[in-house]
Amino acid sequence: MRFFSEVWTVFMRALRLSLANPIWMLISILQPILYLTLFGPLLQQVALTPGFPEGDAWTVFVPGLLVQLGIFGASFVGFGIIAEWRLGVVDRMLVTPASRVALIGGRVLHDTLMVMVQGAILVAAAFVMGLRAPVEVIVVGLLIVGLLGAAFSAISYGAALSLKSENAFAPLVNMFALPILLLSGILLPMSFAPGWLQIVSDFNPIKHIVEGLRAVFRGEIISGTTGLGVLLALVFVAIGTAFGVRVFNRQTK
Amino acid sequence: MSQPEPPEIMISASGLKRTYKGRKSEVEAVRGIDLSVKRGEIVGFLGPNGAGKTTTLKMLCTLLEPTAGTATVAGIDLRADPTGVRRRIGYVSQAGSTLGEAKVGNELMDHARLYGIDSQTARARAMALLNALDLEGIWDRKCSALSGGQRRRLDIVMGLIHEPALVFLDEPSTGLDPQSRANLWQHIRRLRDEFDTTVFLTTHYMDEADMLCDRILVVDHGEIVAEGTPDALKKRVSGDALTLTLASPEEVSRAAELAGSLPGATEVVTEGSTVRLYLPDGGAALPGLLRLLDQNALTAIGVEVKRPTLDDVFLTLTGRSLRDAA
Repeated sequence: MRFFSEVWTVFMRALRLSLANPIWMLISILQPILYLTLFGPLLQQVALTPGFPEGDAWTVFVPGLLVQLGIFGASFVGFGIIAEWRLGVVDRMLVTPASRVALIGGRVLHDTLMVMVQGAILVAAAFVMGLRAPVEVIVVGLLIVGLLGAAFSAISYGAALSLKSENAFAPLVNMFALPILLLSGILLPMSFAPGWLQIVSDFNPIKHIVEGLRAVFRGEIISGTTGLGVLLALVFVAIGTAFGVRVFNRQTK
Repeated sequence: MSQPEPPEIMISASGLKRTYKGRKSEVEAVRGIDLSVKRGEIVGFLGPNGAGKTTTLKMLCTLLEPTAGTATVAGIDLRADPTGVRRRIGYVSQAGSTLGEAKVGNELMDHARLYGIDSQTARARAMALLNALDLEGIWDRKCSALSGGQRRRLDIVMGLIHEPALVFLDEPSTGLDPQSRANLWQHIRRLRDEFDTTVFLTTHYMDEADMLCDRILVVDHGEIVAEGTPDALKKRVSGDALTLTLASPEEVSRAAELAGSLPGATEVVTEGSTVRLYLPDGGAALPGLLRLLDQNALTAIGVEVKRPTLDDVFLTLTGRSLRDAA
């Protein structure tokens, strides 16, 4: 009981701070819409070329954007905690009897909710532009976004608190972000890629999550591809949580 | 939440050590500290930056695990039950405690909830503490809108929200203007006088240690080098500090020799065109010294006699000035 109240306290504090920042909220909402309006039309043309995977442009493009949102929407939260650490806020919380898991868990929960809300906005905007998908597909899609958001938010906090420097953290995020993005088929499907590039991309777990979500959007909710994607997303959550909690625990070692 | 009667000995530590693993070598930040703080005392850790003050404080506050040694804090074994220690102590970090974008009231209420305090109690306590520290009417303001002194006092309110019997203050007045500092000291003293709170603080300001602390532990290079009341420490310095400024640097060595020959003169140090030394009853010895210099064709262009300060204590103990070291 006590634990949940602590998680809730940390979650509400983060949520209140987000809601109090209207510019941040506006950017978060606009970003997915910009992707849809400025990149979507390009993909409509690409969808006509041979080698484009099954399904129309939207069912290929929207799952990719959702995965990107889950990962990159949450990867930058570490910057915030470095700022709070510098202001003594992190130590102030660590010196309370509150559970360390709750201290990071409440933050991760907030970031998860944020990417899921952004994901819902993205899907709603895509609907206006022509995406058609049943409700259960959208629910599963948003759940996967939430899992990725949770995993990468925890990883981001862990990495940021290990480094405690924006100047070290920013290049780290970029170092991982670019290859993950390019080798995942998020923007253009990997089926366009030459053989060697496809093989390299097979080693990128994010690619399989993207493919799993694309399968969901094709209506194959119960399928091997979907199962692998969800499983990998869960593995990321497990790794992220273990790493994040470990770093929080190690703050006082 | 009623807590049991706080113990008579609030902090007792023995052999506390902390080593940081560097890339190549280990750095011994704290080399073995023994200390004991009684209930209701205001004890200051005085030393230059890098002496190991903050590291020791963080160890006692459960924010850093000691590499070696044991401690009992607020009656609880530090290693066996860090969460128990956390429930009973308040800690005010050097860096602060609040986010600028957050509202004062929200930060206070959230912090109280992490101690399991219900909203009604938290609000009443927070209001009372804000009033006690002259912070009325800031509940709905953003923390960034407060002045430096107000925000520092808010940090103290945050640290006291669960009514701890022992509070740790890390460099409480750093960065404040003289008026805010004096005001803050007054509030810290009231904590002890009115609420019987034990206060353990670190500082690298001599005046702060002198004005505020019942007892001072002088720290240097990760060790306690002296301990006592401000007055007792000052008595360890033999006499008044005398500073002579000569007309030219060439005269310094001969002047130092003459001054050093005065009865009771100790620790003669030269620096540029000045000579510093300690003399029992420096004021009375001064005319004689000036005459002596005159007879030897030396010209003192400036003379200063000072009652001993904690800086002199530090200089006597370590051979360095606290001011230079900080």
